[in-house]
Amino acid sequence: MAASESALGEPETEARTYPRLLPAGDSAIVIELGSEIDPAINSQVFVLAELIQAEGIPAVIELVPTYRSLLVSYSPLVSKHDEIVDQLTAIIDRLEAAVESAGDVQVIELPVVYGGDDGPDLGLVAENAGLTNQEVIDIHSGVDYRVYMIGFAPGFPYLGGLDERIATPRLKTPRIRVPAGSVGIAESQTGVYPNVSPGGWQLIGRTAADLFDVTSDSPSLITPGSKVRFVPVKSHE
Amino acid sequence: MSDKSLSKATDRTIRVIQPGPMTLIQDRGRTGFQQLGVSVSGAVDVDSLDIGNRLVGNSFDAAALEVLLGGVEIEFSDDAIFAITGAELIASLDGVPVSAGVSYTAHAGSRLSLGMVSSGLRAYAAVAGGVDVPELLGSRSTHVASEIGGINGRALAEGDVLNIGEFTSTSGGGRMFEGEESSALSSELNIRVVLGPQDDEFSESAIETFLSSNFTVTDQSNRQGLRLDGPQIESKSGRYDIVSDAVVNGSIQIPGDGKPIILLADRQTTGGYAKIATVASIDLPKLGQAAPGSSVTFVAISVAEAQQLLSEHSERFNAAVLGKSVDSISVQVNGEEVSVGVAENATSQIAEINGNTYPISVDEYTPVD
Repeated sequence: MAASESALGEPETEARTYPRLLPAGDSAIVIELGSEIDPAINSQVFVLAELIQAEGIPAVIELVPTYRSLLVSYSPLVSKHDEIVDQLTAIIDRLEAAVESAGDVQVIELPVVYGGDDGPDLGLVAENAGLTNQEVIDIHSGVDYRVYMIGFAPGFPYLGGLDERIATPRLKTPRIRVPAGSVGIAESQTGVYPNVSPGGWQLIGRTAADLFDVTSDSPSLITPGSKVRFVPVKSHE
Repeated sequence: MSDKSLSKATDRTIRVIQPGPMTLIQDRGRTGFQQLGVSVSGAVDVDSLDIGNRLVGNSFDAAALEVLLGGVEIEFSDDAIFAITGAELIASLDGVPVSAGVSYTAHAGSRLSLGMVSSGLRAYAAVAGGVDVPELLGSRSTHVASEIGGINGRALAEGDVLNIGEFTSTSGGGRMFEGEESSALSSELNIRVVLGPQDDEFSESAIETFLSSNFTVTDQSNRQGLRLDGPQIESKSGRYDIVSDAVVNGSIQIPGDGKPIILLADRQTTGGYAKIATVASIDLPKLGQAAPGSSVTFVAISVAEAQQLLSEHSERFNAAVLGKSVDSISVQVNGEEVSVGVAENATSQIAEINGNTYPISVDEYTPVD
C-alpha cells in the first residue's frame, strides 16, 4: 500500500496566507486552502468545489478535491489563466458564507464482518492495543470517518478519525493479494480496499458492499466529502 | 460526449496475430473521474493519436492502437482504412511497405505488420471507425494498473479480436497530413515548463540546478511517468513530502532522492511529493516518445506563454491540410471511368484507384515517353 500520508506543518522559512491560487501548468490551477490535514479546511475544499460546480464555468473540465486543496482543470483554449483566476477569486469571496450555511454531509454505512477470514489481523491489532477483539471492533465502528479525499486507486478513500488507541503499524511483509472490500488499519489511518490489490494494511474485517463499479456512471459508493461508518454484522448476507 | 456512430457494433474486426511487447487501446483519456481516484490514462503522444484519427477521417475521441516498441501484426476482416503515426518503424501491408503519416486502404484479409521502433517509443495505428471496445466512464482507454478499459484492462494478446466502429465518411484513404511534425522525435528533449505549484519548496539555487542541468530518462519509466537521473534537486527544508494533493499530466515531482519524476497519462490522481514545475501541454507528446537514455533539459516559461503556444499549436493543427498523397488522372477502362494514380512516398509506392489508396510493390517499371 503506497498510501502513506504525513501531516506536515509549514516550512519555517516563510508564512503563507490562504487561500492561494497556484498554476499547475497551463491547464490547471490549484487552490490551496491551508497546509495541514484539518477537518475544517477539508470541509471548505468540498464547499468550494460545490460552488465552482454550480457556477458552470465553461472552460472548467474537472475538479479534484484533496485534503486541503482543490485542483481546477480547465481548457486554456476556452479561457486563459487570468480569466479563470478572476472567476475563481470571485467564487472564493463567497466561500466563508457558504461554509457557514453548508448542510450536514452524507454518512455512508458499510456492513463489515470483523475478524475471522474476513479480518485475519484483528487479533494482532487487539494485542498491539492491549484490548480485546470486541473492544477493537467497538472502537473502530463507533466513529464516523471523514472521507478527506479519494486517490491512490479507483474509489480508495483516505479516511480521517481513527481512534489512536487502535493505531497499528503496517504489516512487515505486505500481502500480495488483499480481497476487495477489506477494511484495514495502517498507522493512524483506516481504510477500505475497493478492489483486489496488494497491500500492507492490518486487515480487521471485510465489507461485501460493491465499492467501485466501473460500468456505473456514479462508480464509487464512497464519495469525497462524505463520511463512512462501519457497521458490524455477523455475516455477509 | 462520444460520437454515437462509433459505438454501433459492426461486423468488421481486427484480429491480433502478434501483439508486440505492449499494445494498448487508447483514446484521449478518461477525464471527469479523478476525484474518485480514476486515472485519466489515454494516449501519451496525443498529437500522434490526433493526426492518425484525422488521417482516417475519425473524430478526435476515437480509439486507436498504441504500439510500444513495435513488433505487431494485425489482420483486417474487411476492407479498412488505416494510418500509422508516431514512433519511426518500418510497416508493411501484406509485405508491401507503407509510409507513416498516410492513410491507406487495406483489403479484407490483409495483414498489417509493424516492425521494431527505430526512433521514439510508441507508434499509433488508427483505423477508420475507431477501435470499438465498450466505453467505461466515457472512454475506451486502457489503464493497466487498475484494469479498466480496452480489453479487460490489459494489453492486447495474440488472438484478440477487436471490433471496428461504424464509419460513414466516403474517404478512401490516400490522405497525407501536411501539418508540422509536432512530436518530432529526438533523443535530446528541451522541455518547456511552468514553475510550480510547489516551486516555493525549493531554493533559487535548486531551481537554477533544475533549469540548467541535463537529465537522463532512466529505464524505470513507463506510461505512469518518466524517472530522470541527474543532479539532486534539494528542497529548502530537507523534506520532500507535502500533504497529498492532486497531480496533473506533466507534474514534475521531486521525491526524497532529489531526482525528478515527470508524471504522464497513467499517473495516480494524487501524490505526496512537492512539484517543482509542470510541463507545458505542447511538449507533453514528446515525453511519450522519450526512450530511456534520452536527455532532457528544462526551460521555464510563463503560464501565458504556455497557453499561447498551445493555442497556436491547436490552430495550426486545425488549419493543417490533408493533402492527397497521389495525383490521379481519369482513364477509361472497359468503357468505365476510373481514376488512377501512382506516386512514390518516403518508403513506399502508392496506387490510387477510384479514391482508394493502396501500397503497391513495383518490381519492374518502364517509363512511358
